Amino acid sequence: MTDALLTGANASTEVPLKRRLRRAERARQVKALALVLPLLVFLLFTFAGPIAGMLWRSVDDREVRQVLPQTIAALASWDGRDLPDEKAYAALAGDIMAARASGTIAIAAKRLNYALNGFRTILTSTARNLKTVPEPGTARETLGKINPAWRERATWTTIKDASGPMTGFYLLSALDLTRNVDGAIVAAPPDQAIYRDVFVRTFLISLSVTALCLILGFPVAYLLAALPPGRSNLLMIFVLLPFWTSLLVRTCAWIVLLQGKGVVNESLLWLGIVDTPLRLIYNRFGVCVAMTHVLLPFMILPLYSSMKAISPAYMRAAASLGAPPVAAFLRIYLPQTLPGIGAGSLLVFILALGYYITPALVGGAADQMISYFIALYTTETANWGLASALGAVLLLATILLALVYGKLVQGQQVTGGMKN
Amino acid sequence: MEAGMVTPAPALVRFSGIQKTYDGEHLVVKNLDLDIRKGEFVTLLGPSGSGKTTTLMMLAGFEVPTHGEIIADRPIKNVPPHKRDIGMVFQNYALFPHLTIAENIAFPLSVRNTNKAEAQERVRAALRMIKMENLAQRRPGQLSGGQQQRVALARALVFNPQLVLMDEPLGALDKRLREQMQLEIKQLHETMGITVVYVTHDQSEALTMSDRIAVFNDGIVQQIDRPDALYEHPVNSFVAHFIGENNVLSGTVETVEKGYCRVALAGGGAVTARAVNVSGAGASTSLSVRPERIAIIPNGTSSDQPNRLPAKVQNTIYLGDHALAVLDVADNREFMVKLQPGAHDSLRAGNVRADSLRPGDDVFITFRPEDCLALDPV
Repeated sequence: MTDALLTGANASTEVPLKRRLRRAERARQVKALALVLPLLVFLLFTFAGPIAGMLWRSVDDREVRQVLPQTIAALASWDGRDLPDEKAYAALAGDIMAARASGTIAIAAKRLNYALNGFRTILTSTARNLKTVPEPGTARETLGKINPAWRERATWTTIKDASGPMTGFYLLSALDLTRNVDGAIVAAPPDQAIYRDVFVRTFLISLSVTALCLILGFPVAYLLAALPPGRSNLLMIFVLLPFWTSLLVRTCAWIVLLQGKGVVNESLLWLGIVDTPLRLIYNRFGVCVAMTHVLLPFMILPLYSSMKAISPAYMRAAASLGAPPVAAFLRIYLPQTLPGIGAGSLLVFILALGYYITPALVGGAADQMISYFIALYTTETANWGLASALGAVLLLATILLALVYGKLVQGQQVTGGMKN
Repeated sequence: MEAGMVTPAPALVRFSGIQKTYDGEHLVVKNLDLDIRKGEFVTLLGPSGSGKTTTLMMLAGFEVPTHGEIIADRPIKNVPPHKRDIGMVFQNYALFPHLTIAENIAFPLSVRNTNKAEAQERVRAALRMIKMENLAQRRPGQLSGGQQQRVALARALVFNPQLVLMDEPLGALDKRLREQMQLEIKQLHETMGITVVYVTHDQSEALTMSDRIAVFNDGIVQQIDRPDALYEHPVNSFVAHFIGENNVLSGTVETVEKGYCRVALAGGGAVTARAVNVSGAGASTSLSVRPERIAIIPNGTSSDQPNRLPAKVQNTIYLGDHALAVLDVADNREFMVKLQPGAHDSLRAGNVRADSLRPGDDVFITFRPEDCLALDPV
């Protein structure tokens, strides 16, 4: 009996300890995986999938290729310096005839029109006026006669640029850039260059909302953390109340309050503080007020939890060691709330970046944020490529910010924040 | 209350008629008068809720006395904590988690705008004092409890405060470390000549470290005295019970004569005791006898002691350096007597050995009248 036990023990020591540990842990790991699997699958389909799809759409460019396959093939060897040869004209004429027959000409027209304003007319007029396939050798002349645009290099470079299957066109557009006739990347014409301004505006509004939330939220969080539990719970309900009200209702409430004949203006007039109603809504002010209101809890909660973790003994210790209240606050309390400030600011800032309904309802034309344009291109003009490109740029900028924040927080832990 | 036996030196801090209430209904501290002399190690000892920590907090400036004055050169009622020049060591150390050990210790110097070179030198000296020079760049979270406590101590001492307060600083440490730290703190007190006010509920800690101990109960200082005086001459049952081990027998005073009284025990029999806190004949009283001041005599042996009581052995408890016999004496069924554990301890002769007692044995106990104190009834 004892011998058998000993041999058993010896045998098991021959298996490396690491492998035995892995074997012992395996069942636990499988169980843990099974617990998170439903969420993982859900996220894959509702989050990772759509984002990947959006990123793909921002570079996907197969519409022209499908409608004008022979033209694209003929242009493959074209160097783009002069007009293409007769073969390309003949291929284009053939493609247009085929596309008219199958009714797909509008698809190509729409895509080409994004790149060159007026291309839709060129293509549809050509399709309308091209009665028969031109005699061999006369295609260039025939097309040139129908629409003189076919005699221009830009018309053809536009087609070649749109030949796909992937393109940087939408991403460039989202950054107010375009390719000129020689294929070099240049600034877009001023009447189309609006997105950089919109991005800057989006970041500015988000930054001001974050700053406002921090300024307003910090004292509230401090009060919440300092009060005895009974009263702080009551106050916490007031903080959380906005969560339980629809975003739309809250935003509309601000319209009621801030409009020309709204409660605020009427009160100011009645008190004689102003003579004419102030413009409080449909401008940047209204957007910031309404967004701050909506996003405030997202700042207060992380701040509160970081402050709750700071023992009152620290402030007492600082005082007993000779620090006046202000110095104790700045040197002992504030540095310990930095993780909360960071988490709250990042949360509010990133949520604010994606705000759509609130600026759309209480903002003016010059206060619309990037999501407004994404929505516009998705639902109104069906320019999904540009909508996706704008989304991709926003996503990239947000990820960069989050990485910078991560680096800063890490540095915080290493250096302690106060000195160095 | 006795005034204490130390030669009076000028008081550094004087509590005068201090009262404190939080709810306006009952007093946490009732009429506290206490002098703390320069260079003294005073311990405030008492069970939780006895008002000792409140007293300390009033001294530190975190609580305001409801009535009375704390005087350190001048009344300090309206002096905020950061201007009191008092170093404080907290129960959970309260080291600033975002600062390194060196920065923690430098904190009191930097808020005082001490010049850089001097501050650095003093921080280095403080680190040397606690033997932690090589851990200066660590953070508090990376240290053990004992190390954190040393840092807290160094931080409270580095700016040479006139007074150092310690609020149960060793409560979170294990027994061995606690005893080691007690000696270290005591040594620091002696070498640096600082004045320490120390709060604890651990009587052995208080006995080990203090010059004087103020025993608190129910918001009142029961007795302030040297450790040995508290042990030998407790003024009432609470102090006798709180300091050291103690056996209690209840009875009624029959006669009082020349500082001694004859007491009839509730469980039968009578003994002579030192009359410490009895009002006179007919009053009920609690007798207090220390376990090490009692002898067990085997049944049948005669003794000339006036205090001789029959007892029945319940069991014996082996404790290494000594043993306890648990006896049934009069009305006390857990009457403890300290004994030698066995034959190998033959150097200290005299008493019966624990291994010669069997549960159920009938024996007699005896003790001298001067070792039996007649105190107020509990």
